Amino acid sequence: MSSTAPSLARRLRGRHDRNLWFGIFVGPFLLGLLIFVYVPILWSVFLSFFDARNTVTPTDFVGVGNYVDMLSDPAFRSSLATFVLFAAFIVPTTFVCSLGLALLVNRARFAKAFFRSVFFLPTACSYVVASMIWKLSIFSGVRFGLMNTVLGWFGLEPIAWLSVTQPPWYWLVIVTARMWLQAGFYMILFLAGLQRISPTLYEAAAIDGATGWKVLRFITLPQLRATSTAVLLLLLIIAFQAFDEFYNLLSTSGQYPPYARPPLVYLYYAALGQGQDFGHGSAGAVILTLMIALIALVQGRFLGLGKRED
Amino acid sequence: MASGGNQVGGGQGFGRRRFLALGGGLAAMAVAGCGSNTGRGGSPAGGDKPELAQWYHQYGETGTQQAVKKYAAEYPDATVNVVWTTGDYDKKAASALLTDSGPDVFEYGNGPSIDMIKAGQVADLTDLLGDAKDDFTPSLLQRMTYQGKLYGIPQVTDMQLLVYRKSMLENAGVQPPETVDELIAAAKALTSAKVKGLFVGNDGGVGILGGPALWSAGLDYLTEENTFGFDEPAAIESFRKLRQLFTSGSLLLGAPTDWSDPSALTQGLTAMQFTGLWTFPQLQKDLGDDFDVLPWPKLNDGGKASVPVGAFAAAVSTKSKNVDAAKKFIKWLWVDQTDKQLDWAQSYGFHIPARKSLIETAEKLKSGPAADAARLVNEVGRPQTPLLWTPKASTAYSDALNKIIKNGADPAAQIKTVKAVVDAELKRIAG
Repeated sequence: MSSTAPSLARRLRGRHDRNLWFGIFVGPFLLGLLIFVYVPILWSVFLSFFDARNTVTPTDFVGVGNYVDMLSDPAFRSSLATFVLFAAFIVPTTFVCSLGLALLVNRARFAKAFFRSVFFLPTACSYVVASMIWKLSIFSGVRFGLMNTVLGWFGLEPIAWLSVTQPPWYWLVIVTARMWLQAGFYMILFLAGLQRISPTLYEAAAIDGATGWKVLRFITLPQLRATSTAVLLLLLIIAFQAFDEFYNLLSTSGQYPPYARPPLVYLYYAALGQGQDFGHGSAGAVILTLMIALIALVQGRFLGLGKRED
Repeated sequence: MASGGNQVGGGQGFGRRRFLALGGGLAAMAVAGCGSNTGRGGSPAGGDKPELAQWYHQYGETGTQQAVKKYAAEYPDATVNVVWTTGDYDKKAASALLTDSGPDVFEYGNGPSIDMIKAGQVADLTDLLGDAKDDFTPSLLQRMTYQGKLYGIPQVTDMQLLVYRKSMLENAGVQPPETVDELIAAAKALTSAKVKGLFVGNDGGVGILGGPALWSAGLDYLTEENTFGFDEPAAIESFRKLRQLFTSGSLLLGAPTDWSDPSALTQGLTAMQFTGLWTFPQLQKDLGDDFDVLPWPKLNDGGKASVPVGAFAAAVSTKSKNVDAAKKFIKWLWVDQTDKQLDWAQSYGFHIPARKSLIETAEKLKSGPAADAARLVNEVGRPQTPLLWTPKASTAYSDALNKIIKNGADPAAQIKTVKAVVDAELKRIAG
């Protein structure tokens, strides 16, 4: 009848040892997260308040000096402008493209799995490899580059895609590389969304005489609202983190052109390598983090992310 | 002879051409994973001898790694462990200096950076040269000296220069250019439907012509008093010429390989190319004697022709537990052992020994374009960038060049922007 209370150890282990197993499974990851993510982030915030050139244990406190420097640095500000321009290109185009692909694949009568795989496959390719293919073979500036060969068929002069800024052909190279790599992934998200739409809605629409665009406009798109919101948010955040394709397409030995330098590339040059200016680099990173968080919050509020669907 | 300089990543002097391009500036390659072998500890040291870790970047030439290991093994007074670093050496070395597990001795392009020196990360090596001081190229020593103290010992000298196809110039009836105007005219005359006249990199020369453009106008990055060096009308004119070249249609742009690789020249895409000495084995293999060399020409009578010169230099980390032993070792290897220095410069590729007296004994530099190149180093060689030209200054300058050359921005306004950054950097260093 009356039994003594379970021992402390037993209580800690929980019913059916649940807590113990939880600790065993989650512990290592938690530890990894702490050591490799949270400690560096906190350390970085710490460094951002110091003059930390060529040292990670600085003593020279400068308050918000690094932040002021970064915000008044025209090169850093122009890197933010580059991001805005890039996001303005890449977010809508990828959105439309992946939604279009999803609608097509969803409606395919045959070889559905095949098309789905074909469009998804580029996602598995690394940005570095894709950039190299884009730079060296498709958009190579010499007359025997793939695109220039095609232009040649129409009697057009070869274009030095990545070397000229007027007109800014480099944007075409950068945007298409990323589109090719990421459209498939978002297509899968949209496909999942599409498949959650109840067929009865379409049937009802058909009875009411809605076809084609009207179905898309009044049934499909509203039903995809939650997915679209998530996709837009992801696209924007990932655009913010753009580094690989920019770096691999545009950096030449020793210098990087200012006209397409997103914030991460700028910080890479400012804080790493021979620069080793961890104070300014960390301040820049903190500013960026805050911006991403702010934009995500605003966008979430604006588009109703996480709101219960009515 | 080297295995060849035409492969990406495996090219001869891969590290050199990178550092030459860096101009004391920026790391260029993607980060490779950090190895845990720092060269310190591990195997028990022989007897009471101190143990030293010596770091190199990965040289492209076959046999280089064995060579440095052999030199290290022959050193009697310490056990030297060579660490051969693949990937982004500059960044790895710079960040390793922050920790206790970094190198004792390490090489660095153009010597340690001003911030390494100011942060006290590298040891003073002034007393190591002794009588040999006059034998080292003075401009290189000056590049590695701060406030009268020397922080790096040059290991080998490299350079950039203008290489041209003799036959192409002859066929077009073009004389080797001696001024920038002649160069522009020659590039135009040499351009046809299939061949462009000149190749100065896919960025239109932003990466490598920053120095030559100033020297050709009689200016420099900084003045002798270490103030901003090119707030002058001559600089404006020089930058306008670069813009003129870019828009002339006679520059090769968007080539599959960049200026540091000789392929554009050997494959007949261009008639002239500004490139490095390390391309010579490949050029000789592919073109025989159908090439010759020139410096970057002068702009006007007030200016001078020039070739940018750089050097990997040996330095000692102050975090080393054996600073004195490390200093003794680099004195032994890079000052006293002249036969090893000659072997290092000549047996695995195509370089100029750091000591002037050795240049005379270097067989490969006695004839042909190589002899001309070696002569150019002494006659018109300029250190790539001054020590006080920081990465931030370097970025500001290349940004300005980009805007001038590619967008046609106003040179005067751009120079002012660079000056503001450079002045602030100089003030920071002085403070």
